[in-house]
Amino acid sequence: MNTQNTPLIIQARNLTRVYRMGSTEVRALRGVDLTVDSGEMIAIMGASGSGKSTLMNILGCLDRPTSGTYTLDGARVDTLSKNELADVRNQKLGFVFQGFNLLPRTTALENVELPLLYDRTGRKMDTREMAARALERVGLGNRMDHEPSEMSGGQQQRVAIARALVTEPAVILADEPTGNLDSQTSLEIMSLFQKLNREGTTVLLVTHEPDIAEYAQRIVELRDGVVIRDEPVLAPRWAEEDAAEYHEPEMAGVR
Amino acid sequence: MKNDILLKIAGKSILKNKMRTLLTMLGVIIGVGAVSVLAAVGTGAKSQIEEQIQNLGTNLIVITAGSTSQGGVSQGAQSFNRLSLEDVEALEGQSFLLAGVSPIISSRAQMVGGSGNWVTSAEGVDVDYTVIRDWPLASGAFFQQEDLRSNGKVVVLGSTVAEALFPYEDPVGQQIRVRDVPFSIIGVLAPKGQTASGRDLDDVILVPYTTAQTRLSGRQFIPQILASTYTPEDIPAAQEEIRAILRDAHGLARNESDDFEVRNQSELTDTASETARIMTLLLSAIAGISLLVGGIGIMNIMLVSVTERTREIGLRLALGARGADVLTQFLVEAVVMSLAGGVVGVALGFTGSEIVKAVTGWNTMISPQIVLLALGFAGGVGVFFGFYPARRAAALDPIEALRYE
Repeated sequence: MNTQNTPLIIQARNLTRVYRMGSTEVRALRGVDLTVDSGEMIAIMGASGSGKSTLMNILGCLDRPTSGTYTLDGARVDTLSKNELADVRNQKLGFVFQGFNLLPRTTALENVELPLLYDRTGRKMDTREMAARALERVGLGNRMDHEPSEMSGGQQQRVAIARALVTEPAVILADEPTGNLDSQTSLEIMSLFQKLNREGTTVLLVTHEPDIAEYAQRIVELRDGVVIRDEPVLAPRWAEEDAAEYHEPEMAGVR
Repeated sequence: MKNDILLKIAGKSILKNKMRTLLTMLGVIIGVGAVSVLAAVGTGAKSQIEEQIQNLGTNLIVITAGSTSQGGVSQGAQSFNRLSLEDVEALEGQSFLLAGVSPIISSRAQMVGGSGNWVTSAEGVDVDYTVIRDWPLASGAFFQQEDLRSNGKVVVLGSTVAEALFPYEDPVGQQIRVRDVPFSIIGVLAPKGQTASGRDLDDVILVPYTTAQTRLSGRQFIPQILASTYTPEDIPAAQEEIRAILRDAHGLARNESDDFEVRNQSELTDTASETARIMTLLLSAIAGISLLVGGIGIMNIMLVSVTERTREIGLRLALGARGADVLTQFLVEAVVMSLAGGVVGVALGFTGSEIVKAVTGWNTMISPQIVLLALGFAGGVGVFFGFYPARRAAALDPIEALRYE
């Protein structure tokens, strides 16, 4: 855990989420507390049905808790309207999905540019330039004009990470980012997340794979809608070192 | 979002499925195309009718003998003819607004001369006639007051008659016999064409009305008087003036109805306008139906597109798009598609109307108003039928949409 003078990025208190399906109630979250400091890299684990997806949706401002409070980057967001939540997602959050979710027949540059087009603050004018810089950060400076169909899965996921980075969000939420990738490519992606984290990005990783979770600094595990484990990883591993064993040329792009 | 980006996104997604887009637009293309062709033909036909009515003469007022009623029973038009030369003289003497007044005494007449014989309408008219009908002479001269006074046996030929009897020579100065009476030809009228109903206006000969009364028809009453004003604006006032003069001349009491009728060109034009109005109504019905069908096609494809792109919508929402952004995106897509269909349809209509022009010789024309109207309607269809699918897209829940397979 970080020291107390590091600013809190996420402060969730007693979050519950109840789904109503007809007459039955499903209590997906039963009072979750979570605090994330700036610059942390946290893995959220749990089996399917544990509530980790629900927690992820609430932390990602895609859903609102039934009760409890959620403060993101110093502002309460659990009571915001739909449009305000959209703006919070645009300004403060970056999403990385399991299935990459890139727009087909659209270049890497345009895909990365996409969140900037929905910016309402009017501060982000040079969208092309920002998108290009984000792609360079993920090592795809030479693939800007490629379309998803012309790229490997690992490259596509790096484009998706660049898209999450481009708005300089407070947190990047990655939902099973390695779920569709082979183990070597998974290591490259985890290495990229670790590199970004070293550069100061807060990363929240949802995974059910324990060996992926070990690249985080802290693991939060859920079961039946409550946190059953929240502890630092005692010996964090470095994906770059693990990947080096593969000796694959594609690593040249990531440093 | 910036407008050019919206257009780019819409264009990209429309071009992604070219065949499907084309088939979807076909409804709007055919609708707008058909409407432009028909409107062009209609406009052409209308301008043709108006031209023909203009041919009858400008600022023309027609006075005919009217009906009388005896003991409350109407006797029908011209049942009791009270138009006379005195009326013509009264109009000529008392009117301030009329440029010319002429009685028309027509009869069918057989004539022999030149290269053969011909049957035509012989009209006894006044010297003002060419002014009233705005009808210049091709050659020779019109008759004068002198000819009227002397019941002169002079005749002016319509161009059809001149063609028929004197195909190879100038008829002016020649002699013809009309009903066995020898007449000298003093002039030939310029060709005027046909009436709206197809009657040949040039198949006529003109003689002084005095001559017509004494030598051709033998009747003293006058079935019709033509008059003209200096400007079209004078027509309503002139009609009132004519009524007042004729009522006075006929000695009609206040409670008696007119025993004559005064009509003007605009009433004839009204008939043509009515025809054009019905045509427009018909066109609007066709346009409405085809655009409705085209619009339903667009709505259908947009609904498919929204379903197909559920994950894309989910992604956009997750990245911070508001519902309104998604709504605008799909609405723009629908409008671009229907507007593009409208443009192609207008182009098609242009080609079609040129073909109609080449085949029939009608003066078809696509006015800018038709183009604007067609495009306006096409755009309107896009907005109307694109709104429901776009709203469905905007109302999607981002979590569900992202999970959609």
